[in-house]
Amino acid sequence: MNYYNPEIECADRETLRKIQSERLVKIVHKCYENVPLYKKRFDEIGLKPEDIHGIEDITKLPFTTKTDLRDTYPFGLFAVPRTELARIHASSGTTGKQTVVGYTKQDLKVWATCAARSIVGVGGTKDDFVHVSYGYGLFTGGLGLHYGAEELGATAIPVSSGNTARQVQILQDYGSDILCCTPSYAMYIGETVRDKGIDPKSLRLRAGIFGAEPWTEEMRREIERLLDIKAYDIYGLSEIAGPGVSCECKEQNGMHINEDFFYPEVIDPVTGEPLPDGEYGELVFTCIGKEALPLIRYRTRDICALNHEKCACGRTTVRMCKPRGRTDDMLIIRGINVFPSQIESVLLDLGMDPNYQLIVDRQNNLDTLEVQVEMNESMFSDTVRNLEAVKKQIASALQSTLNIVAKIRLLEPKSIQRSEGKAKRVIDKRSL
Amino acid sequence: MQIQQLSVFIENKPGRLAEITEVLAEAGVDIRAISVADTSDFGILRVIVDRPKEAVLALREHGMTVSLTNVLAVGIPDDKGAFAKVIRILANAGIDVEYVYAFVSRDKGKAYVIIRTDKSARAAEVLTEKGIELLTGEALYNM
Repeated sequence: MNYYNPEIECADRETLRKIQSERLVKIVHKCYENVPLYKKRFDEIGLKPEDIHGIEDITKLPFTTKTDLRDTYPFGLFAVPRTELARIHASSGTTGKQTVVGYTKQDLKVWATCAARSIVGVGGTKDDFVHVSYGYGLFTGGLGLHYGAEELGATAIPVSSGNTARQVQILQDYGSDILCCTPSYAMYIGETVRDKGIDPKSLRLRAGIFGAEPWTEEMRREIERLLDIKAYDIYGLSEIAGPGVSCECKEQNGMHINEDFFYPEVIDPVTGEPLPDGEYGELVFTCIGKEALPLIRYRTRDICALNHEKCACGRTTVRMCKPRGRTDDMLIIRGINVFPSQIESVLLDLGMDPNYQLIVDRQNNLDTLEVQVEMNESMFSDTVRNLEAVKKQIASALQSTLNIVAKIRLLEPKSIQRSEGKAKRVIDKRSL
Repeated sequence: MQIQQLSVFIENKPGRLAEITEVLAEAGVDIRAISVADTSDFGILRVIVDRPKEAVLALREHGMTVSLTNVLAVGIPDDKGAFAKVIRILANAGIDVEYVYAFVSRDKGKAYVIIRTDKSARAAEVLTEKGIELLTGEALYNM
C-alpha cells in the first residue's frame, strides 16, 4: 500500500481546489453564525460570508491568533455546543495560559485519517505494530498516533513516555515496527539500546515518526544510526488538530500537508501579505475540514516555506519544510530577517557544537550582531593565527549563507548561561 | 627532545589568569615557563609544567579547553648572536617559527628559549646536527 487516500493525496490541483473551495465556504458560514468573535471581526471589516466564493477569496478573511484562543478561554471559539464534543485536548501552557481545543466525533475521524495517511506515507501497513511513546493525556501526541494506527488497521501499542528500559524491552519482545515519539526521546531510546549492548539490527523496528519539538538533520542521522531505522518528521499543533497535519513521505523531502482538511498559506509576518512558494514566512492554517474548532487563518508562528511541486513519491499535496524557527524568535538585523536556528545550522555545518549566543545591539543607528561561540577542544589551537581563522571561517559562512555581517567572539566552554537545560539564545540590547 | 606545552583558552576577563594558575597550584603542579598570547577578546595561556598529564586533567576538570603541543626547549649560551644563530638554522631548513618565549634557569650563563615551529621533529634534528643543546622533557620537568 503506497497511499491511504490516493484519490486525495494524488489528486490534481483542480480537484483539490474544488474540495477546498466548497469546504471553506461552508466553514465561513458556520463560523459567522456560531462564533461571536468571528461575527464581530467580519462585521468590523464589512465582510459577509457570501463574499467568500472559493479558496481564492481566503485572503479577504481576518487572521486568528493564539491570543484569540487565550482571550476566549476555554471554549469561546468552539463552533458547536458542548454536547457535540467527543474529546478535549489542551496545550501545555508553558508559554502562557493553556489553550483548549475540542473535537466532534467527525473531527476525530478526520484527525485519525490524517495520522493514518502519515503512517502509510512512511511505509507503514495494517500489519505493523505501532509503538507510541508520546505522552498520552491532554497532549495530542499519544492519542493522535494511536488512533491513526487503529484507523489504518495496524496495531497500536500505547506505551506512552517514560520508563525507557521497558520501552526497549517492548521493542525487543513485541517486535514494534514503527516508533512514534519526540526526536529527543528517540535519541534517548537509541542510546539506551546501545548501552544495553543490543544490536539494533536484531530489532524489527524499521521506521520512526518523530515530532512535537524542533530537531535538526544531524539529529535525524544520529537517530537513524543508533536505531538502524529511517526517521521521519511529523508536524502538528493542537489548535489545528495534532500530529498528522503534515508528515514526511519516504522521500524525506518536505512534509505533505493534508490540505483537504488544513489549508496552508505562508505570509510575511510583518505585513500579513501572502508569499510565493519557496519564500520563508509565517505558516497559517485554515481548518476547512473541522466542526468543533474551525479556525480561520490561524497564525502558527512557525516559520516555513511551501512547495507545490509534485513529489517523487507520487503525492501532489503541498509540502512544507521543517519549520526554521518561530516568528517570536525572528530578529531583524539591518532589514534582514534572521532566525537563531539558521545561525545554528551554519555552526553545525562547520562541525561545531551548537553552543552559541546572539547579542544584538545598535551603534550609531546601525544594528550590530555579535555571535558568541563556545570553544571546544576540536576547534582550539595553541596559535592565535588558527583561532583567528576559526572566527573568520564562521563570519564568512554567515555572510555567504545568510547575508549578514557578524562579529564573532570565542567564549570559554559552558560560559553561556543555561536555564533548565536550555540556553538563552538571543540578547537584544536595542531599545526599539 | 620534544617538550609538552599546555595551551589553555582564556577569555579576556579580570581574574581569569589567576583562577587558571590557582587550579595548577591546587593540583600541586609546578610551572617551569609561562607566556600569554593576547588578542582583543581572548588569550592563549602557554605553560610548561613539571607534570603535564596531571595539569591537563586538573584543568579539564574545571571545564577549561586545553591542548598539548610539542615544542623545543633550546639552551642558549650568554653570547652575542647566540639566539640569532639558532633561528638562522631553522630558517635555512625552511622551518617556520610560530612563537618563542624565554625563561631563566638556575644555571649561570645560560638562558632557555621555548620554540614552537610548524615541524617540531625536523627542527629538533637540524638543531642537534648543528650542536645546539636541546633540553629533554625529563631534564626540564626536573629543573
